[in-house]
Amino acid sequence: MSTVKQAPATTGEVQTIVAARRLTSAKVVFIGVGRPSTAAILAREVHNPALVLVYESGTIGAKPRRVPLSIGDGELAETADAVVAVPEMFAYWVQAGRIDVAFLGAAQVDRYANLNSTVIGEYDAPRTRLPGAGGAPEIAGGCGEVVVIVPHTTRTFVERLDFVTTVGHADPDGVLGSIPGEPAGITREGLGLRGRGPSAVITDLGVLQPDPVTKELVLVELLPGATVQQARERTGWDLRVADDPRRTAEPTAEELTALRELVGR
Amino acid sequence: MAEVTDLRSAVAGLVRDGDAVALEGFTHLIPFRAGHEILRQGRRDLELIRMTPDVLYDQMVGVGAARKLVFSYGGNPGVGSLHRFRDAIEHGWPHPIEIEEHSHAGMANRYLAGASDLPFAVLRGYRGTDLEARTRVERVTCPFTGEVLAAVPALHPDVSIVHAQEADRQGNVQLWGIPGVQKEAVLAATRSLVTVERIVDELVPRPGGVVLPGWTIDAVAEAPGGSQPSYAHGITDRDNAAYREWDRVSRDRDTFAAWMDEHVLDASAPVT
Repeated sequence: MSTVKQAPATTGEVQTIVAARRLTSAKVVFIGVGRPSTAAILAREVHNPALVLVYESGTIGAKPRRVPLSIGDGELAETADAVVAVPEMFAYWVQAGRIDVAFLGAAQVDRYANLNSTVIGEYDAPRTRLPGAGGAPEIAGGCGEVVVIVPHTTRTFVERLDFVTTVGHADPDGVLGSIPGEPAGITREGLGLRGRGPSAVITDLGVLQPDPVTKELVLVELLPGATVQQARERTGWDLRVADDPRRTAEPTAEELTALRELVGR
Repeated sequence: MAEVTDLRSAVAGLVRDGDAVALEGFTHLIPFRAGHEILRQGRRDLELIRMTPDVLYDQMVGVGAARKLVFSYGGNPGVGSLHRFRDAIEHGWPHPIEIEEHSHAGMANRYLAGASDLPFAVLRGYRGTDLEARTRVERVTCPFTGEVLAAVPALHPDVSIVHAQEADRQGNVQLWGIPGVQKEAVLAATRSLVTVERIVDELVPRPGGVVLPGWTIDAVAEAPGGSQPSYAHGITDRDNAAYREWDRVSRDRDTFAAWMDEHVLDASAPVT
Protein backbone atom coordinates (compact mmCIF):
# COMPACT_ATOMS: atom_id res chain seq x y z
CA MET A 1 0.00 0.00 0.00
CA SER A 2 1.29 3.44 -0.88
CA THR A 3 2.39 5.60 2.01
CA VAL A 4 1.55 8.77 0.09
CA LYS A 5 -1.47 10.38 1.74
CA GLN A 6 -4.57 9.98 -0.43
CA ALA A 7 -6.88 12.83 -1.28
CA PRO A 8 -10.18 12.24 0.54
CA ALA A 9 -12.83 10.36 -1.42
CA THR A 10 -15.30 12.46 -3.38
CA THR A 11 -19.01 11.83 -2.91
CA GLY A 12 -19.16 10.16 -6.31
CA GLU A 13 -16.31 7.85 -5.39
CA VAL A 14 -18.02 6.87 -2.14
CA GLN A 15 -21.26 6.13 -4.02
CA THR A 16 -19.36 3.83 -6.40
CA ILE A 17 -17.56 2.11 -3.52
CA VAL A 18 -20.83 1.57 -1.64
CA ALA A 19 -22.36 0.06 -4.77
CA ALA A 20 -19.35 -2.23 -5.23
CA ARG A 21 -19.67 -3.51 -1.66
CA ARG A 22 -23.16 -4.80 -2.43
CA LEU A 23 -21.61 -7.31 -4.84
CA THR A 24 -19.34 -8.95 -2.28
CA SER A 25 -21.28 -12.20 -2.31
CA ALA A 26 -23.11 -11.94 -5.65
CA LYS A 27 -22.43 -14.50 -8.36
CA VAL A 28 -23.71 -12.81 -11.52
CA VAL A 29 -24.33 -9.09 -12.05
CA PHE A 30 -26.00 -7.37 -15.00
CA ILE A 31 -24.57 -3.98 -15.90
CA GLY A 32 -25.54 -0.84 -17.74
CA VAL A 33 -23.21 2.04 -18.59
CA GLY A 34 -21.60 4.64 -16.32
CA ARG A 35 -21.19 4.46 -12.56
CA PRO A 36 -22.83 1.01 -12.26
CA SER A 37 -20.20 -0.39 -14.62
CA THR A 38 -17.37 1.14 -12.61
CA ALA A 39 -18.81 -0.27 -9.38
CA ALA A 40 -19.12 -3.78 -10.79
CA ILE A 41 -15.58 -3.82 -12.17
CA LEU A 42 -14.31 -2.48 -8.85
CA ALA A 43 -16.20 -5.20 -6.98
CA ARG A 44 -14.57 -7.87 -9.11
CA GLU A 45 -11.11 -6.40 -8.50
CA VAL A 46 -11.41 -5.77 -4.76
CA HIS A 47 -14.14 -7.93 -3.21
CA ASN A 48 -15.19 -10.76 -5.44
CA PRO A 49 -12.81 -12.02 -8.15
CA ALA A 50 -15.29 -14.72 -9.21
CA LEU A 51 -18.05 -12.19 -9.93
CA VAL A 52 -19.50 -12.76 -13.40
CA LEU A 53 -20.12 -9.48 -15.24
CA VAL A 54 -22.91 -9.62 -17.81
CA TYR A 55 -23.39 -6.70 -20.19
CA GLU A 56 -26.55 -6.02 -22.15
CA SER A 57 -24.55 -6.29 -25.38
CA GLY A 58 -24.42 -10.07 -24.90
CA THR A 59 -21.02 -10.45 -23.24
CA ILE A 60 -21.20 -12.93 -20.35
CA GLY A 61 -18.26 -13.16 -17.96
CA ALA A 62 -16.45 -10.11 -19.34
CA LYS A 63 -13.23 -9.16 -17.52
CA PRO A 64 -12.58 -5.54 -18.47
CA ARG A 65 -9.44 -3.88 -17.14
CA ARG A 66 -10.75 -0.42 -18.02
CA VAL A 67 -14.18 1.14 -17.65
CA PRO A 68 -15.76 0.77 -21.08
CA LEU A 69 -17.41 3.86 -22.59
CA SER A 70 -20.19 1.77 -24.10
CA ILE A 71 -21.63 -1.57 -23.10
CA GLY A 72 -20.36 -2.95 -26.41
CA ASP A 73 -16.68 -2.06 -26.28
CA GLY A 74 -14.43 -4.66 -27.90
CA GLU A 75 -12.61 -5.51 -24.67
CA LEU A 76 -15.84 -6.94 -23.25
CA ALA A 77 -16.22 -9.44 -26.09
CA GLU A 78 -12.51 -10.31 -26.10
CA THR A 79 -12.48 -11.22 -22.42
CA ALA A 80 -15.95 -12.80 -22.12
CA ASP A 81 -16.67 -16.45 -21.36
CA ALA A 82 -19.49 -16.35 -23.89
CA VAL A 83 -20.87 -13.81 -26.33
CA VAL A 84 -24.53 -14.16 -27.27
CA ALA A 85 -27.03 -12.39 -29.51
CA VAL A 86 -29.47 -9.88 -28.01
CA PRO A 87 -32.60 -12.08 -28.29
CA GLU A 88 -30.75 -14.86 -26.46
CA MET A 89 -29.49 -12.46 -23.77
CA PHE A 90 -33.01 -11.39 -22.88
CA ALA A 91 -34.66 -14.79 -23.30
CA TYR A 92 -32.25 -17.40 -21.93
CA TRP A 93 -30.34 -15.28 -19.42
CA VAL A 94 -32.48 -12.39 -18.12
CA GLN A 95 -36.01 -13.77 -18.49
CA ALA A 96 -35.02 -17.23 -17.33
CA GLY A 97 -33.69 -15.78 -14.08
CA ARG A 98 -29.98 -16.57 -14.45
CA ILE A 99 -28.81 -13.17 -13.18
CA ASP A 100 -28.60 -12.47 -9.41
CA VAL A 101 -28.26 -8.71 -9.30
CA ALA A 102 -28.81 -5.91 -11.80
CA PHE A 103 -27.52 -2.35 -11.52
CA LEU A 104 -29.82 0.27 -13.05
CA GLY A 105 -29.92 4.05 -13.25
CA ALA A 106 -32.99 6.24 -13.88
CA ALA A 107 -34.07 9.86 -14.27
CA GLN A 108 -36.89 9.56 -11.71
CA VAL A 109 -37.55 7.22 -8.79
CA ASP A 110 -40.69 7.08 -6.64
CA ARG A 111 -41.19 5.83 -3.07
CA TYR A 112 -41.68 2.25 -4.29
CA ALA A 113 -38.56 2.36 -6.47
CA ASN A 114 -40.50 2.40 -9.72
CA LEU A 115 -38.34 4.05 -12.39
CA ASN A 116 -38.72 6.52 -15.24
CA SER A 117 -36.15 6.67 -18.02
CA THR A 118 -38.51 7.65 -20.85
CA VAL A 119 -39.72 11.23 -20.62
CA ILE A 120 -39.96 14.31 -18.38
CA GLY A 121 -43.27 16.07 -18.92
CA GLU A 122 -46.09 14.78 -21.11
CA TYR A 123 -45.33 11.81 -23.38
CA ASP A 124 -46.81 13.54 -26.43
CA ALA A 125 -45.24 16.93 -25.64
CA PRO A 126 -42.13 16.17 -23.61
CA ARG A 127 -40.10 18.77 -21.76
CA THR A 128 -37.16 16.41 -21.93
CA ARG A 129 -37.12 13.31 -24.05
CA LEU A 130 -34.95 10.66 -22.36
CA PRO A 131 -33.41 7.64 -24.11
CA GLY A 132 -36.24 5.24 -23.23
CA ALA A 133 -36.58 1.80 -21.74
CA GLY A 134 -33.63 -0.08 -23.18
CA GLY A 135 -33.37 -3.32 -21.27
CA ALA A 136 -34.49 -1.95 -17.90
CA PRO A 137 -38.11 -3.20 -17.62
CA GLU A 138 -37.31 -6.85 -18.25
CA ILE A 139 -34.01 -6.68 -16.37
CA ALA A 140 -35.87 -5.39 -13.32
CA GLY A 141 -38.54 -8.04 -13.85
CA GLY A 142 -36.31 -11.05 -14.33
CA CYS A 143 -33.13 -10.53 -12.30
CA GLY A 144 -32.99 -11.75 -8.71
CA GLU A 145 -32.70 -8.24 -7.28
CA VAL A 146 -32.11 -4.71 -8.54
CA VAL A 147 -29.78 -2.05 -7.18
CA VAL A 148 -30.66 1.45 -8.37
CA ILE A 149 -27.90 4.04 -8.52
CA VAL A 150 -29.05 7.66 -8.83
CA PRO A 151 -28.21 11.18 -7.64
CA HIS A 152 -30.24 12.32 -4.65
CA THR A 153 -32.17 15.38 -5.84
CA THR A 154 -35.80 16.49 -5.84
CA ARG A 155 -35.70 16.14 -9.65
CA THR A 156 -34.91 12.45 -9.26
CA PHE A 157 -36.85 11.55 -6.10
CA VAL A 158 -40.39 12.45 -7.10
CA GLU A 159 -43.82 11.91 -5.63
CA ARG A 160 -45.16 10.68 -8.98
CA LEU A 161 -43.23 9.49 -11.99
CA ASP A 162 -43.96 11.29 -15.26
CA PHE A 163 -43.84 7.86 -16.93
CA VAL A 164 -43.54 4.37 -15.49
CA THR A 165 -40.78 2.79 -17.58
CA THR A 166 -39.76 0.09 -15.13
CA VAL A 167 -41.74 -1.44 -12.28
CA GLY A 168 -39.94 -1.64 -8.95
CA HIS A 169 -42.33 -2.52 -6.12
CA ALA A 170 -45.39 -1.27 -8.03
CA ASP A 171 -48.10 0.31 -5.82
CA PRO A 172 -48.77 -2.17 -3.00
CA ASP A 173 -50.81 0.22 -0.83
CA GLY A 174 -52.53 2.01 -3.68
CA VAL A 175 -51.11 5.36 -2.63
CA LEU A 176 -49.58 6.15 -6.02
CA GLY A 177 -52.50 5.13 -8.15
CA SER A 178 -50.03 5.21 -11.00
CA ILE A 179 -49.62 1.65 -12.17
CA PRO A 180 -51.42 1.83 -15.50
CA GLY A 181 -54.15 -0.60 -16.27
CA GLU A 182 -54.02 -2.20 -12.85
CA PRO A 183 -56.21 -2.04 -9.74
CA ALA A 184 -55.06 0.04 -6.78
CA GLY A 185 -52.82 -1.86 -4.43
CA ILE A 186 -51.05 -3.95 -7.06
CA THR A 187 -47.79 -5.64 -6.06
CA ARG A 188 -44.96 -6.68 -8.36
CA GLU A 189 -45.90 -10.31 -7.75
CA GLY A 190 -49.41 -9.43 -8.86
CA LEU A 191 -47.94 -8.15 -12.12
CA GLY A 192 -46.20 -11.48 -12.71
CA LEU A 193 -42.69 -10.14 -12.11
CA ARG A 194 -40.48 -12.92 -10.86
CA GLY A 195 -37.41 -11.26 -9.32
CA ARG A 196 -37.49 -9.72 -5.85
CA GLY A 197 -37.25 -6.20 -7.31
CA PRO A 198 -35.21 -3.27 -6.00
CA SER A 199 -33.26 -4.21 -2.86
CA ALA A 200 -31.49 -0.86 -2.54
CA VAL A 201 -31.31 2.64 -3.97
CA ILE A 202 -27.81 4.04 -3.60
CA THR A 203 -27.52 7.83 -3.80
CA ASP A 204 -24.81 10.38 -3.16
CA LEU A 205 -26.32 10.87 0.31
CA GLY A 206 -27.10 7.38 1.47
CA VAL A 207 -28.77 4.04 0.92
CA LEU A 208 -32.52 3.44 0.85
CA GLN A 209 -34.05 0.00 1.18
CA PRO A 210 -37.64 -1.13 0.83
CA ASP A 211 -39.45 -1.84 4.08
CA PRO A 212 -39.77 -5.64 4.24
CA VAL A 213 -43.55 -5.42 4.66
CA THR A 214 -44.78 -2.20 3.04
CA LYS A 215 -42.04 -2.04 0.35
CA GLU A 216 -41.77 1.73 0.79
CA LEU A 217 -38.20 3.00 0.56
CA VAL A 218 -36.59 3.79 3.92
CA LEU A 219 -33.33 5.68 4.40
CA VAL A 220 -31.20 3.18 6.29
CA GLU A 221 -27.66 4.43 5.75
CA LEU A 222 -25.91 7.78 5.41
CA LEU A 223 -22.73 8.38 3.46
CA PRO A 224 -19.88 10.17 5.27
CA GLY A 225 -20.83 13.80 5.81
CA ALA A 226 -24.48 13.41 4.73
CA THR A 227 -27.39 14.19 7.06
CA VAL A 228 -30.97 13.03 7.39
CA GLN A 229 -32.10 16.61 6.86
CA GLN A 230 -30.30 16.79 3.50
CA ALA A 231 -31.93 13.54 2.43
CA ARG A 232 -35.38 14.82 3.41
CA GLU A 233 -34.84 18.11 1.60
CA ARG A 234 -33.81 16.35 -1.57
CA THR A 235 -36.68 13.87 -1.60
CA GLY A 236 -39.98 14.81 -3.22
CA TRP A 237 -42.14 12.88 -0.76
CA ASP A 238 -42.21 12.56 3.02
CA LEU A 239 -39.18 10.32 3.30
CA ARG A 240 -39.22 7.52 5.84
CA VAL A 241 -36.02 7.27 7.83
CA ALA A 242 -34.83 4.34 9.95
CA ASP A 243 -34.69 4.96 13.70
CA ASP A 244 -30.94 5.05 13.72
CA PRO A 245 -29.51 5.12 10.18
CA ARG A 246 -26.16 3.40 9.82
CA ARG A 247 -23.14 5.48 8.94
CA THR A 248 -21.39 4.15 5.82
CA ALA A 249 -17.94 2.81 6.59
CA GLU A 250 -15.33 5.17 5.14
CA PRO A 251 -13.70 3.90 1.96
CA THR A 252 -10.60 1.89 2.74
CA ALA A 253 -7.28 2.88 1.22
CA GLU A 254 -7.45 -0.32 -0.84
CA GLU A 255 -10.88 0.51 -2.24
CA LEU A 256 -9.97 4.07 -3.07
CA THR A 257 -6.64 3.20 -4.66
CA ALA A 258 -8.22 0.46 -6.75
CA LEU A 259 -11.04 2.76 -7.88
CA ARG A 260 -8.66 5.55 -8.88
CA GLU A 261 -6.40 3.17 -10.76
CA LEU A 262 -9.41 1.71 -12.55
CA VAL A 263 -10.80 5.07 -13.61
CA GLY A 264 -7.34 6.29 -14.60
CA ARG A 265 -6.61 3.39 -16.96
CA MET B 1 -27.69 -15.56 -54.22
CA ALA B 2 -26.30 -12.25 -53.10
CA GLU B 3 -25.02 -9.93 -55.76
CA VAL B 4 -21.56 -8.68 -54.84
CA THR B 5 -21.58 -5.09 -55.97
CA ASP B 6 -20.55 -1.58 -54.98
CA LEU B 7 -22.28 0.29 -52.15
CA ARG B 8 -23.79 3.01 -54.32
CA SER B 9 -25.47 0.52 -56.67
CA ALA B 10 -26.60 -1.68 -53.81
CA VAL B 11 -28.31 1.17 -51.96
CA ALA B 12 -29.81 2.56 -55.18
CA GLY B 13 -31.27 -0.85 -55.99
CA LEU B 14 -32.63 -1.73 -52.55
CA VAL B 15 -33.70 1.40 -50.66
CA ARG B 16 -36.68 3.49 -51.77
CA ASP B 17 -38.42 6.55 -50.38
CA GLY B 18 -40.99 5.53 -47.77
CA ASP B 19 -39.37 2.20 -46.96
CA ALA B 20 -39.20 0.71 -43.49
CA VAL B 21 -35.43 0.36 -43.11
CA ALA B 22 -33.55 -1.36 -40.30
CA LEU B 23 -29.84 -0.61 -39.97
CA GLU B 24 -28.80 -2.87 -37.09
CA GLY B 25 -25.66 -3.45 -35.04
CA PHE B 26 -25.79 -3.44 -31.23
CA THR B 27 -22.93 -1.04 -30.35
CA HIS B 28 -20.75 -3.04 -32.76
CA LEU B 29 -20.70 -3.29 -36.58
CA ILE B 30 -23.07 -0.34 -37.02
CA PRO B 31 -23.48 0.23 -40.78
CA PHE B 32 -22.57 3.93 -40.82
CA ARG B 33 -21.28 3.99 -44.39
CA ALA B 34 -24.45 2.47 -45.79
CA GLY B 35 -26.57 4.91 -43.78
CA HIS B 36 -24.55 7.80 -45.16
CA GLU B 37 -25.01 6.49 -48.70
CA ILE B 38 -28.80 6.45 -48.14
CA LEU B 39 -28.58 10.11 -47.14
CA ARG B 40 -26.35 11.00 -50.12
CA GLN B 41 -28.91 9.44 -52.42
CA GLY B 42 -31.52 11.71 -50.84
CA ARG B 43 -33.90 9.05 -49.56
CA ARG B 44 -36.76 10.51 -47.54
CA ASP B 45 -39.92 9.57 -45.64
CA LEU B 46 -38.23 6.52 -44.16
CA GLU B 47 -39.51 4.45 -41.25
CA LEU B 48 -36.23 3.91 -39.44
CA ILE B 49 -36.09 0.81 -37.25
CA ARG B 50 -33.25 0.17 -34.82
CA MET B 51 -32.99 -1.03 -31.22
CA THR B 52 -30.41 1.61 -30.33
CA PRO B 53 -30.76 4.66 -32.58
CA ASP B 54 -27.43 6.17 -31.66
CA VAL B 55 -25.23 8.55 -33.65
CA LEU B 56 -26.13 7.16 -37.09
CA TYR B 57 -29.87 7.61 -36.60
CA ASP B 58 -29.27 10.98 -34.94
CA GLN B 59 -27.73 11.99 -38.28
CA MET B 60 -30.51 10.49 -40.37
CA VAL B 61 -33.25 12.02 -38.22
CA GLY B 62 -31.43 15.36 -38.09
CA VAL B 63 -31.32 15.77 -41.86
CA GLY B 64 -35.03 14.99 -42.09
CA ALA B 65 -34.86 11.55 -43.72
CA ALA B 66 -37.19 9.87 -41.22
CA ARG B 67 -40.98 9.87 -41.06
CA LYS B 68 -41.08 7.44 -38.14
CA LEU B 69 -38.68 5.93 -35.66
CA VAL B 70 -39.13 2.44 -34.15
CA PHE B 71 -36.67 1.86 -31.32
CA SER B 72 -35.95 0.83 -27.73
CA TYR B 73 -33.10 3.08 -26.55
CA GLY B 74 -32.22 6.46 -28.06
CA GLY B 75 -28.99 7.58 -26.41
CA ASN B 76 -25.33 8.20 -27.18
CA PRO B 77 -23.86 5.27 -25.21
CA GLY B 78 -21.69 6.45 -22.33
CA VAL B 79 -21.97 10.07 -23.47
CA GLY B 80 -25.56 11.23 -23.00
CA SER B 81 -28.38 12.58 -25.11
CA LEU B 82 -28.93 12.30 -28.82
CA HIS B 83 -29.56 15.96 -29.55
CA ARG B 84 -31.05 15.61 -33.05
CA PHE B 85 -33.37 12.80 -31.86
CA ARG B 86 -34.46 14.99 -28.95
CA ASP B 87 -34.92 18.08 -31.14
CA ALA B 88 -37.14 16.08 -33.50
CA ILE B 89 -39.33 14.71 -30.69
CA GLU B 90 -39.35 17.77 -28.42
CA HIS B 91 -39.57 20.51 -31.08
CA GLY B 92 -40.49 18.79 -34.34
CA TRP B 93 -37.24 19.87 -36.01
CA PRO B 94 -36.60 19.60 -38.91
CA HIS B 95 -40.11 18.13 -39.02
CA PRO B 96 -42.36 16.22 -36.60
CA ILE B 97 -41.55 12.53 -36.32
CA GLU B 98 -43.75 9.61 -35.32
CA ILE B 99 -42.29 7.29 -32.70
CA GLU B 100 -43.01 3.72 -31.72
CA GLU B 101 -40.93 2.55 -28.80
CA HIS B 102 -40.40 -0.75 -27.09
CA SER B 103 -38.09 -2.31 -24.56
CA HIS B 104 -34.97 -4.09 -25.82
CA ALA B 105 -36.56 -7.45 -25.01
CA GLY B 106 -39.63 -6.43 -26.99
CA MET B 107 -37.67 -5.33 -30.04
CA ALA B 108 -35.42 -8.40 -29.95
CA ASN B 109 -38.50 -10.61 -29.83
CA ARG B 110 -40.13 -8.70 -32.67
CA TYR B 111 -37.11 -9.44 -34.88
CA LEU B 112 -37.18 -13.06 -33.74
CA ALA B 113 -40.82 -13.38 -34.79
CA GLY B 114 -40.03 -11.68 -38.09
CA ALA B 115 -37.15 -14.04 -38.83
CA SER B 116 -39.33 -17.01 -37.84
CA ASP B 117 -42.25 -15.77 -39.96
CA LEU B 118 -44.53 -15.93 -36.95
CA PRO B 119 -47.12 -13.18 -36.45
CA PHE B 120 -45.94 -12.37 -32.93
CA ALA B 121 -43.55 -13.33 -30.17
CA VAL B 122 -44.22 -13.78 -26.46
CA LEU B 123 -42.28 -12.60 -23.46
CA ARG B 124 -42.69 -11.57 -19.84
CA GLY B 125 -42.77 -7.82 -20.02
CA TYR B 126 -44.50 -4.45 -20.36
CA ARG B 127 -47.14 -5.18 -17.74
CA GLY B 128 -47.44 -2.38 -15.19
CA THR B 129 -45.52 0.12 -17.33
CA ASP B 130 -46.82 3.15 -19.22
CA LEU B 131 -45.25 1.65 -22.36
CA GLU B 132 -48.05 -0.88 -22.57
CA ALA B 133 -50.59 1.81 -23.51
CA ARG B 134 -48.18 3.61 -25.83
CA THR B 135 -46.96 0.86 -28.09
CA ARG B 136 -47.93 -2.23 -30.02
CA VAL B 137 -48.18 -4.89 -27.34
CA GLU B 138 -51.08 -7.06 -26.21
CA ARG B 139 -51.61 -9.47 -23.34
CA VAL B 140 -52.05 -13.13 -24.17
CA THR B 141 -52.80 -16.05 -21.91
CA CYS B 142 -50.64 -19.13 -22.15
CA PRO B 143 -52.94 -21.99 -23.26
CA PHE B 144 -50.95 -24.47 -21.17
CA THR B 145 -50.31 -22.71 -17.87
CA GLY B 146 -52.70 -19.75 -17.86
CA GLU B 147 -49.82 -17.30 -17.32
CA VAL B 148 -50.50 -13.84 -18.74
CA LEU B 149 -47.70 -12.84 -21.12
CA ALA B 150 -46.92 -9.99 -23.50
CA ALA B 151 -47.30 -10.48 -27.25
CA VAL B 152 -45.33 -8.21 -29.60
CA PRO B 153 -45.94 -8.11 -33.36
CA ALA B 154 -43.35 -9.43 -35.81
CA LEU B 155 -41.03 -6.90 -37.43
CA HIS B 156 -40.70 -7.17 -41.20
CA PRO B 157 -38.50 -4.33 -42.48
CA ASP B 158 -38.67 -3.65 -46.20
CA VAL B 159 -34.88 -3.54 -46.09
CA SER B 160 -32.38 -4.57 -43.43
CA ILE B 161 -28.78 -3.41 -43.64
CA VAL B 162 -25.96 -4.75 -41.49
CA HIS B 163 -22.16 -4.59 -41.52
CA ALA B 164 -19.88 -7.63 -41.16
CA GLN B 165 -16.19 -8.41 -41.23
CA GLU B 166 -16.04 -10.66 -44.28
CA ALA B 167 -17.82 -12.05 -47.30
CA ASP B 168 -16.60 -14.48 -49.92
CA ARG B 169 -17.05 -13.96 -53.66
CA GLN B 170 -20.35 -15.86 -53.61
CA GLY B 171 -21.71 -13.38 -51.06
CA ASN B 172 -21.64 -15.67 -48.03
CA VAL B 173 -21.09 -13.48 -44.97
CA GLN B 174 -19.39 -14.05 -41.62
CA LEU B 175 -19.37 -11.70 -38.62
CA TRP B 176 -17.92 -12.24 -35.17
CA GLY B 177 -17.64 -10.45 -31.84
CA ILE B 178 -20.87 -9.03 -30.38
CA PRO B 179 -23.56 -10.42 -32.73
CA GLY B 180 -26.46 -8.11 -31.74
CA VAL B 181 -29.61 -8.76 -33.75
CA GLN B 182 -28.06 -8.66 -37.20
CA LYS B 183 -28.93 -12.21 -38.21
CA GLU B 184 -32.53 -11.76 -37.07
CA ALA B 185 -32.81 -8.38 -38.82
CA VAL B 186 -31.61 -9.79 -42.16
CA LEU B 187 -33.84 -12.86 -41.98
CA ALA B 188 -36.88 -10.77 -40.97
CA ALA B 189 -36.53 -8.37 -43.92
CA THR B 190 -37.99 -8.45 -47.41
CA ARG B 191 -34.67 -7.22 -48.88
CA SER B 192 -31.20 -7.07 -47.37
CA LEU B 193 -27.77 -5.56 -47.82
CA VAL B 194 -24.59 -6.48 -46.00
CA THR B 195 -21.55 -4.21 -46.15
CA VAL B 196 -18.25 -5.89 -45.29
CA GLU B 197 -14.74 -4.88 -44.31
CA ARG B 198 -13.27 -7.15 -46.97
CA ILE B 199 -14.08 -9.71 -49.63
CA VAL B 200 -12.04 -12.89 -49.24
CA ASP B 201 -11.56 -16.01 -51.33
CA GLU B 202 -12.73 -18.32 -48.57
CA LEU B 203 -14.47 -17.77 -45.22
CA VAL B 204 -12.46 -19.29 -42.36
CA PRO B 205 -14.72 -20.28 -39.43
CA ARG B 206 -14.21 -17.99 -36.42
CA PRO B 207 -15.04 -18.68 -32.75
CA GLY B 208 -18.54 -17.38 -32.21
CA GLY B 209 -18.83 -16.60 -35.90
CA VAL B 210 -22.31 -15.92 -37.29
CA VAL B 211 -22.69 -17.00 -40.91
CA LEU B 212 -25.34 -15.67 -43.25
CA PRO B 213 -25.48 -17.82 -46.39
CA GLY B 214 -25.34 -15.73 -49.55
CA TRP B 215 -28.75 -16.95 -50.69
CA THR B 216 -30.39 -15.19 -47.71
CA ILE B 217 -29.00 -11.78 -48.78
CA ASP B 218 -29.76 -9.57 -51.79
CA ALA B 219 -26.53 -7.60 -52.00
CA VAL B 220 -23.06 -7.52 -50.50
CA ALA B 221 -20.86 -4.46 -50.86
CA GLU B 222 -17.29 -3.93 -49.74
CA ALA B 223 -16.96 -0.95 -47.39
CA PRO B 224 -13.67 -1.00 -45.47
CA GLY B 225 -14.05 0.91 -42.21
CA GLY B 226 -17.77 1.02 -42.98
CA SER B 227 -18.84 0.76 -39.35
CA GLN B 228 -16.67 3.61 -38.04
CA PRO B 229 -16.92 5.30 -35.54
CA SER B 230 -18.30 2.02 -34.16
CA TYR B 231 -16.04 -0.90 -34.89
CA ALA B 232 -15.53 -4.24 -36.56
CA HIS B 233 -14.15 -6.65 -33.99
CA GLY B 234 -10.58 -7.65 -34.82
CA ILE B 235 -10.26 -5.11 -37.65
CA THR B 236 -11.11 -1.59 -36.49
CA ASP B 237 -11.37 0.01 -33.03
CA ARG B 238 -14.29 1.98 -31.61
CA ASP B 239 -13.58 5.69 -32.01
CA ASN B 240 -14.75 6.82 -28.58
CA ALA B 241 -13.50 10.36 -29.24
CA ALA B 242 -15.90 10.65 -32.18
CA TYR B 243 -18.85 9.65 -29.99
CA ARG B 244 -17.85 12.31 -27.44
CA GLU B 245 -17.31 14.88 -30.21
CA TRP B 246 -20.78 14.12 -31.57
CA ASP B 247 -22.25 15.58 -28.39
CA ARG B 248 -20.79 18.97 -29.36
CA VAL B 249 -21.50 18.74 -33.10
CA SER B 250 -25.11 17.69 -32.68
CA ARG B 251 -26.08 20.14 -29.93
CA ASP B 252 -26.56 23.05 -32.35
CA ARG B 253 -28.67 22.86 -35.53
CA ASP B 254 -26.30 24.92 -37.68
CA THR B 255 -23.15 23.19 -36.47
CA PHE B 256 -24.84 19.88 -37.18
CA ALA B 257 -25.92 20.90 -40.68
CA ALA B 258 -22.47 22.18 -41.58
CA TRP B 259 -20.85 19.00 -40.24
CA MET B 260 -23.22 16.80 -42.24
CA ASP B 261 -22.59 18.79 -45.41
CA GLU B 262 -18.85 18.54 -45.02
CA HIS B 263 -18.53 14.94 -43.80
CA VAL B 264 -21.51 13.08 -45.23
CA LEU B 265 -23.61 14.84 -47.86
CA ASP B 266 -20.97 16.44 -50.09
CA ALA B 267 -20.53 13.86 -52.83
CA SER B 268 -16.86 14.84 -53.16
CA ALA B 269 -16.22 14.37 -49.43
CA PRO B 270 -13.63 11.74 -48.64
CA VAL B 271 -15.39 8.48 -47.87
CA THR B 272 -14.91 7.92 -44.17
